[in-house]
Amino acid sequence: MAAATSAAAAAGATAVSLADVSVTFRLADGGAYTAVERATLDVADGEFVAIVGPTGCGKSTLLNVAAGLIGPSHGTATCFGKGLTGLNRLSGYLFQAEALFPWKTALENVAIGLEIAGTPKTDARARAEKWLTRVGLSGFGDRYPHMLSGGQRKRVGLTQVLIRDPKILLMDEPFGPLDAQTRQIMGNLLLDLWSADRKAVLFVTHDLEEAIALSDRVVIMSAGPAARIIGNWTVPLSRPRDIGEVKLDPAFHRLHREIWEALKDEVMKGYQQTGGG
Amino acid sequence: MSRATLLTLQILVAVVCIAFWHVFAKYPICGLSWLGFEKDCATLLPPFFFSTPGDVASRVVKWFVEGTIWKHLWITLVEAILAFVIGSLGGVLIGFWFARKPTINAIFDPYVKMINALPRVVLAPIFALWFGLGIASKVALGVTLVFFIVFFNVYQGVKEVSPTVLANARMLGMTERQLMRHVYWPSALSWMFSSLHTSVGFAVVGAVVGEYLGSAAGLGYIIQQAEGVFDVAGVFAGMFVLAVFVIVIDMAVTAIEKRLLVWRPVAATDAR
Repeated sequence: MAAATSAAAAAGATAVSLADVSVTFRLADGGAYTAVERATLDVADGEFVAIVGPTGCGKSTLLNVAAGLIGPSHGTATCFGKGLTGLNRLSGYLFQAEALFPWKTALENVAIGLEIAGTPKTDARARAEKWLTRVGLSGFGDRYPHMLSGGQRKRVGLTQVLIRDPKILLMDEPFGPLDAQTRQIMGNLLLDLWSADRKAVLFVTHDLEEAIALSDRVVIMSAGPAARIIGNWTVPLSRPRDIGEVKLDPAFHRLHREIWEALKDEVMKGYQQTGGG
Repeated sequence: MSRATLLTLQILVAVVCIAFWHVFAKYPICGLSWLGFEKDCATLLPPFFFSTPGDVASRVVKWFVEGTIWKHLWITLVEAILAFVIGSLGGVLIGFWFARKPTINAIFDPYVKMINALPRVVLAPIFALWFGLGIASKVALGVTLVFFIVFFNVYQGVKEVSPTVLANARMLGMTERQLMRHVYWPSALSWMFSSLHTSVGFAVVGAVVGEYLGSAAGLGYIIQQAEGVFDVAGVFAGMFVLAVFVIVIDMAVTAIEKRLLVWRPVAATDAR
């Protein structure tokens, strides 16, 4: 069950390390709900890791532990060797739900991360403008989030996170609500931006194809409650990739079939185990 | 429907109503004995009780020509503005405070609800006693109305900040103070502005009801004076001036709202 160290992990420092992490929530009725059980996962600096699992399996919980939004009930979370107490200041988090400030324009939304850190306003705005141009949103800076499409909002969200230059990028099904074409465009955009300075990425999704197409390594979780990490595959596809083309690669299909079989089996096993208890 | 058609239809409603009023007040209708009228021919709307559109119009014109109305309008406007400003300030501050300090809220919650449930008219005589018959007592009455609307909206606004937006703000590195400024404050203000029409309306209600129950000037005073001498034309004229006054204020509020809530989707601004 221990995370296999990938080639990238052996080469560089460990960006995020979750060691034997369990998360238990207390319920209102006095009971307890274990979302994640004994998960161990290392993400190397510069490595793109995708976590895949059925909906509601605790993938996001694991991500929130890495972000420091939730403290683990058992085990430890470390970031570049330092134990996490409180929020993970080195990480940037892209949420699944709408997270932009609706009362700020796109430009203000992107610039805010710098402004609160003390960057002068004109400087922050100029850099935000550059970032918006980079994701194809030049000229949209003065629009409010509700005037943008879902894909455009996601792009603003992505730049809002990236402009702060986090060491680790945490993404919680970021492209979940988008349509298939937009997802593909966003995926390519993400790979484009990522390849420029190769941050460590922890990417949660329930879409196996998306996971394989984007990442260096795919981690599979069982169904909750008490979800565990049940598999770990290195993706043998070369970079740079185009998401549309990489899906035609025979290696992609082999890996997809292999993982899907395990995912199917393990998910069923997971259901039986938890169903009995 | 085009703007012009809409306006035409809106005016048509007023014209028809006034026409009916005029006809029924001016021209007796015969053959009414079976309805229980004493005389066979009578007006359906006796001018003593209902006045006539012409009398009301000439009264309004007279007020404006002689200039006596301006003083009363001014007094009511000042009272309403003061009530709105003081009530809003108090509502924003205390609403914010309660929302951020759950203990304080838990302690005071039953009292807030009790005071809010109290019909404000019963407070008017007490305020008149405490603050006299001048402006202060009317402002106090308006404040008790405006305060609670703003208070509940600001409280809700702080409480209903999206957890995702809040988590995002934290992950972007905001301190507590920055959260206040960039997240809680705009959210609370947007809720307050969404109730702007209601709170401004209540500020006027507080002023007019206060004047009606005891004062020496203001639109409420005019109406009350006219009523005291069975001057129905005066009552209706006062009501008409008051209605126009409120509409003008409401239009000003709409203009302000449009500027301040540009970031809101259109559907959401229609919530209230």
